[in-house]
Amino acid sequence: MTARGRWVCWALAFLWSACGNPEPREAGSGAQPPFGFGRPATPDEIAVWDIDVRPDGAGLPPGNGTPREGAAIYARKCARCHGPTGTEGPFDQLVGREPRQGFPFGRDPRLVKTVGNYWPFATTLYDYVHRAMPLDAPGSLTPDEVYGVVAFLLWRNQIISDTAVMNRQTLPRVVMPARDRFVPDDRLTQAQVR
Amino acid sequence: MTDEKISRRTLLAAAAGALGARAVERTGLTQAPQDPTKVPGATVSQLGQRSPFNHPRRVPVGGDQGVSLTPLQDLCGIITPSDLHFERHHAGVPAINPHDYKLLIHGMVERPTVFNLEALTRFPSVSRLHFLECSGNGSSSYRASQPNLSPQLVDGLTSTSEWTGVPLAALLREVGVKPGATWFLAEGEDAALMARSIPIAKAWDDGLVAYGQNGEALRPEQGFPARLLLPGWEGNANVKWIRRIEISDRPFMTREETSKYTDPLSNGTARQFSFVMDAKSTITFPAYPAVLPATGWWEIRGLAWSGRGRISRVDVSTDAGRRWGTAELQQPVLPKCHTRFRYLWNWDGKETTLLSRAVDETGYVQPTLDQLREARGRGTSYHFNHIRPWRVRRDGSVVFGLEG
Repeated sequence: MTARGRWVCWALAFLWSACGNPEPREAGSGAQPPFGFGRPATPDEIAVWDIDVRPDGAGLPPGNGTPREGAAIYARKCARCHGPTGTEGPFDQLVGREPRQGFPFGRDPRLVKTVGNYWPFATTLYDYVHRAMPLDAPGSLTPDEVYGVVAFLLWRNQIISDTAVMNRQTLPRVVMPARDRFVPDDRLTQAQVR
Repeated sequence: MTDEKISRRTLLAAAAGALGARAVERTGLTQAPQDPTKVPGATVSQLGQRSPFNHPRRVPVGGDQGVSLTPLQDLCGIITPSDLHFERHHAGVPAINPHDYKLLIHGMVERPTVFNLEALTRFPSVSRLHFLECSGNGSSSYRASQPNLSPQLVDGLTSTSEWTGVPLAALLREVGVKPGATWFLAEGEDAALMARSIPIAKAWDDGLVAYGQNGEALRPEQGFPARLLLPGWEGNANVKWIRRIEISDRPFMTREETSKYTDPLSNGTARQFSFVMDAKSTITFPAYPAVLPATGWWEIRGLAWSGRGRISRVDVSTDAGRRWGTAELQQPVLPKCHTRFRYLWNWDGKETTLLSRAVDETGYVQPTLDQLREARGRGTSYHFNHIRPWRVRRDGSVVFGLEG
């Protein structure tokens, strides 16, 4: 066999082993046999952990709350960090609609971002309060209590009326003032600074 | 439950304290003998310690919702020692028993699956060096600069480690992603249940579920026992203590991708899902609080990195930007990783300003502060990658060169 012939045989053998090898390949390189290392998740354990709430309302539980009901809960569990009316702090200010005109946060570093002037989705309030608040007892509020606190904050921000009931039907329909201010990342389409 | 958590934490802290005390006893090297060649040295030990004369420390700011900053000016090379890796937590560092750990992957998948830690580590693994940077890094130099800022206080929210884990792509193939899936939610097991929506393309590209850091298990502060690692993307999206991945056809709009981690722009909008960290560099020597004791040759040292890929060049100016030279890049120069640069400089004793400017393989050039403010506005948040000036005074002291 010529040197070139040997080389072709080598290349064919390599190709065969690369394509026909039944062993698992390096992860990330394409096809992969099922390894079977995990176990099937049960519907119950998924339900316990699957707490996220989307803007379309998916994930919202049954229950309801009003600004009046929420005010009592807010005073007991939230006011210590966010102030009696949601404006005093010491931690994140939650209430405030100024500035009413435009969305000048990029220009003016003194502006404070609140639920009323910056949050684009009301459902995020439910998701976050249920997920992580209050800080010293996260996940401790019942769905009714979360709906109440959310209703209270939306009312304080002059987004819903004082008699509005927040539940899985009404909350996704609340249109936040900053709803249309957010744009996707456009930095990577070019090397220029954006 | 709360009491149990606290007592476990207290216990861990006490244990750590006891270990430290024992180590000092064992090495007994708080004072060096006059001639170390005339007395036997310390014994071998189970766990090595730094020299008692060497005290690099993070700077912690805030408590369980705080940050701690990496002492960039005290480090060499590109690897950040794991115990000096920066921290940013939203509700403290959870204590997770690895034997109880579970990762649930569900949503738009053929086979909703639970993986324990043993299962994750059994998958074909990869190890890669990548930087991890908080997207708020550098904020102190964008609006409220002062001369007495060190590299640690300006840019200490970036660190580089060798990360080991299983490619997300392997896990997604294992559970079978349904057609139409475009995003996934990553959720942590901390008290904030930190949650971010991630485009699924990043999972197919180079995302990992990492369980190893610099040759050992992750540190608790970096997500033990497992975390998401999205090379080149802002730290917050790299969800630590990851316990759940939900595949979806749209983002979830969590608080951390709407109210926070969005970048308001001067045109009256806010940029959302701004994951990629732009190219940046900073000089780590000479920089505050260093003092040059003499004129003559000094090696300017620093770090450069880009979330878009490799660093291709770092320019250095020793005269406030009038002329630029090309710094030497220490190999290996890896994509989405800290790169060490060096530039030899003969200081004549005059007051001057030192600058560094990173260029990455996409052609992106690190902007000046004015360019960045022009593009985004003074009120923008996050992604502060402008050029950092360091002013060398006649007496050899070096201060941060941006003010106001």
